[in-house]
Amino acid sequence: MDNNTKNTGQVDTLVQMRGLRFAYGSRVIIDGMDIDIPRGKVTTIMGPSGTGKTTLLRLIGGQWRPQAGSVHVDGQNVHTVNRRELYRLRKRMGMLFQSGALFTHLSVFENVAFPLREHTRLPEQVIHHLVLMKLQAVGLRGARDLMPTELSGGMARRVALARAIALDPMMIMYDEPFTGQDPITVGVIMQLIRLLNDSLGITSIIVSHDVQEVSAISDKIYMISQGKVVGHGTPHDLGRSPSDWVRQFMNGLPDGPVPFQYPAPGYLDDLFGIA
Amino acid sequence: MMNVRAMEIGVGIFVAAGLAALLMLAMRVSNVSDFSEGQGYTLTARFDNIGGLKVRSPVRIGGVRIGRVTAISYDERAYQAVVTMAIQNKYDRLPTDTHASIYTAGLLGEQYIGLEPGGAEKYLANGGEIKQTQSALVLEQLIGQFLFSKASEGAKK
Amino acid sequence: MIVVDWLQRLGRNALFFLQRLGRATVFLLQVLAGIPTIIMQPRLLLWELYSVGVLSLAIIGISGLAVGMVLGLQMYTTLVDFGAAQSLGPVVALSLVRELGPVLTALLYSGRAGSALTAEIGLMKATDQLSVMEMMAVDPLCRVVAPRFLAGVVSVPLLAAIFSAVGILGAYFVGVGLLGVDAGAFWSQMQAKVDLHADVYNGLIKSAVFGLVATWIAVFEGYDAVPTTEGVSRATTRTVVHTAFAILGLDFVLTALMFGGI
Repeated sequence: MDNNTKNTGQVDTLVQMRGLRFAYGSRVIIDGMDIDIPRGKVTTIMGPSGTGKTTLLRLIGGQWRPQAGSVHVDGQNVHTVNRRELYRLRKRMGMLFQSGALFTHLSVFENVAFPLREHTRLPEQVIHHLVLMKLQAVGLRGARDLMPTELSGGMARRVALARAIALDPMMIMYDEPFTGQDPITVGVIMQLIRLLNDSLGITSIIVSHDVQEVSAISDKIYMISQGKVVGHGTPHDLGRSPSDWVRQFMNGLPDGPVPFQYPAPGYLDDLFGIA
Repeated sequence: MMNVRAMEIGVGIFVAAGLAALLMLAMRVSNVSDFSEGQGYTLTARFDNIGGLKVRSPVRIGGVRIGRVTAISYDERAYQAVVTMAIQNKYDRLPTDTHASIYTAGLLGEQYIGLEPGGAEKYLANGGEIKQTQSALVLEQLIGQFLFSKASEGAKK
Repeated sequence: MIVVDWLQRLGRNALFFLQRLGRATVFLLQVLAGIPTIIMQPRLLLWELYSVGVLSLAIIGISGLAVGMVLGLQMYTTLVDFGAAQSLGPVVALSLVRELGPVLTALLYSGRAGSALTAEIGLMKATDQLSVMEMMAVDPLCRVVAPRFLAGVVSVPLLAAIFSAVGILGAYFVGVGLLGVDAGAFWSQMQAKVDLHADVYNGLIKSAVFGLVATWIAVFEGYDAVPTTEGVSRATTRTVVHTAFAILGLDFVLTALMFGGI
């Protein structure tokens, strides 16, 4: 991926997060994050499960409000603009949920047509063409009449992707796109992400913990742990990071700064005695 | 998913059935030709005792229902009950000397106002008052009077 | 000590209840704000009217018929002892139009359609379908909840009218057809006693209020459900139980307000 890092003379930031803090009840999930997502690149936010990666996407989309800090998307603060502005902004964001989140009562075709029907007044003929184009892009034009329950997990995700790009967004957020997929599907999704990014110039934000796949397609990676950014850079840079933590994660070591054991009293005390 | 036509037909049947049911409740079950408040004209009558008469009790003439009681109040100065009744507009030829009594349908049935037309030339108008009234027969009083008269008969002998 | 604990629990539950009621009220206002958009797009209503109204027709019709027939039979055996069998019509009609029609319809509706609404919306939430809609700049309150709400509010009074009408026909069948009450007396006594305004309209108002409350509870429980399998199943149960309490409580209040003076 070195060819993508060569001209970084002018960094154009699409999404800018500053001092972001979010707590769910008393549990602090995001504790002061600064992240810049460059325009037209594939950026991955990587970290162990349960570190608030999905939360981050919901904050970018304006679904949840942070307790402190700001999120600017294309120069607009997501949490201070009014509802109409936010909705206008969201039309330019696509989001791929982990489950796909297809509308179960609509066919594949209608799922992809949904955002077009809601937000445009295009004639039926044009919608038909647009939907088939989007389905062609994810290779599922032949599945247009199936219902979501008839699709495999990988196919559902691809349909959801076609739906996410229906309105030609400026960016797409992928929530754990590789989790629970077979190797072929993972390959297909990786290719799709890269392809959409390069051919349509869509900015991609991936949230994932799959080191191999992410390293292969990302231009930039942010590593997060316990609500903080612990490292960022190209996959190449991170591979030789001085941080023990980053090395543990990138190489998948079972023990290290992230301990194998969940915090507990002494093992012997626990087994034999009441402390 | 069902096709739209079948669904539209289903919804059509549902709405039609609902409206038909409403129509039946209005026309067949309740008496839509019966007037509501505001329609018809009102008359008042004063009674010493109205017994079990209630708002919405019928007003009959010759056994035919021509109206109903719309309000009952008590006149503290005259010590009398004031009954307001609404009479259907088509029965507008009640003579001014019409007589009003409170009757009971059957021995234990509901109470109603029975009107007996008099012979006057003039007719009662909206807001008019029926002067001649006869109170309800209260069963307890009747029995009491009966026993009292029996007792006094016994005392004479 | 036990009393203090008990008081604390009572206080906590009361606060929890108030908080939920507040959220439900805000939710209702938001849904109401979405209704004009739905009226502009009646297509959205079609499917909801179908699933809420049309699919409830069978249970409402059959229950109405059964209740009417039983009422006819039971009332007849009591009334005939007093030689008042011709009062069968008004007795049955008044109990159906004023009370049984609106109340039983609302309870059946909550079991048949309300629980389905809760489960559907709850599962849409659990599978991120509501979230994804929000991210597509489509307001789920307006697109998903408002049409279901409106369909429920429209359907319940119609269903209640059908219930009462079918019930009266059932009583007619038993009373006149099987037990030999005079048909003319059945209808004319009914017409003399049942008032269009005081009874039929008030019954309709009742069922409209019940429809609003039952649907409100159903869509709110769905929207507010904990987005897990267990959360949705609990929410569905709550819909049916809370609706039953709300309907029975409201029925008492409304009856006292409407018929108390008579």
